[in-house]
Amino acid sequence: MDIMNIIVCVLLFSGLFFLTGGAVGILRFPDFYSRLHPAGKLDTLGSFLAMTAFALFNLHHFSLGALLTSLKILLIVVFIFLASPTATHGIVDAGVRAGLAPWTKGEKRR
Amino acid sequence: MGKQEEEGLGSKHNTSKAENSDQGPRRRKNFGHYVVTFFIMFGVWVVLSGKFDPFHLSLGVISCAIVAYLSADLLRPSIRGLLILLVRWIPYLPWLMKEIFKANLHVTYLVFHPRMMDLIDPKIVKFQSKLEGDLALVTFANSITLTPGTITVNVSPDGDFKVHAIDKASGEPLPGEMEARIARVLGED
Repeated sequence: MDIMNIIVCVLLFSGLFFLTGGAVGILRFPDFYSRLHPAGKLDTLGSFLAMTAFALFNLHHFSLGALLTSLKILLIVVFIFLASPTATHGIVDAGVRAGLAPWTKGEKRR
Repeated sequence: MGKQEEEGLGSKHNTSKAENSDQGPRRRKNFGHYVVTFFIMFGVWVVLSGKFDPFHLSLGVISCAIVAYLSADLLRPSIRGLLILLVRWIPYLPWLMKEIFKANLHVTYLVFHPRMMDLIDPKIVKFQSKLEGDLALVTFANSITLTPGTITVNVSPDGDFKVHAIDKASGEPLPGEMEARIARVLGED
């Protein structure tokens, strides 16, 4: 089971890496639209990797109940993958409707 | 095409709804729709409930039957269509994951780069897609949003895309290979 632990750790830490990138990106990028790039999507991959790690770790002691729980965790991933781009699109759409112009190169950061 | 592109982000939205592309010849209700809907729902029921005693299973059968009776009309899955979709989706998903991973690395690189402000160059990219069906357009728009560096801003029913790209490298490959692959998945090529 040592190999399993290593895989789980690698997945968790790479997930954590992307989630950290998302948080730092929200702070560093210059405007509303470009902030949504890390906010909406690095999170998606980060949570995908972390959830896969949970699902694998949960199968440590294999049983039917553990398998069902892992399936439910994977179901969460599926819904995140459907909902996250849709929500990001909704937020961008709200910005466009409010008439916010995107930042272009050379302007001051907002 | 000869379409006039509306300039500027603040332009009014294309409010005309999708021209009810569902209005084709009304497909016959057949028994298969009910069966497929029932089994999809029952599968989800079993996974979510996790109890295999007769009481909970029969509860599941009853409620799935009622929901299938009420909504098979709405979903109209057919066994053949489902299988075709499944067979075509399987090669698309790993490719999409690979693209998501590559693009995520790119955005993470931008995020942690000390001179990030010099590297990024946000732009609105506009293009006309060849895809036609609602499902294909939605899949394409969501796939664009999922691959970082690009966010779909607006899609009109006839396939005018507006995409916000974080830098040149992210925006250039559009529509490109992804569109061709989605056309293949949904049988529109």
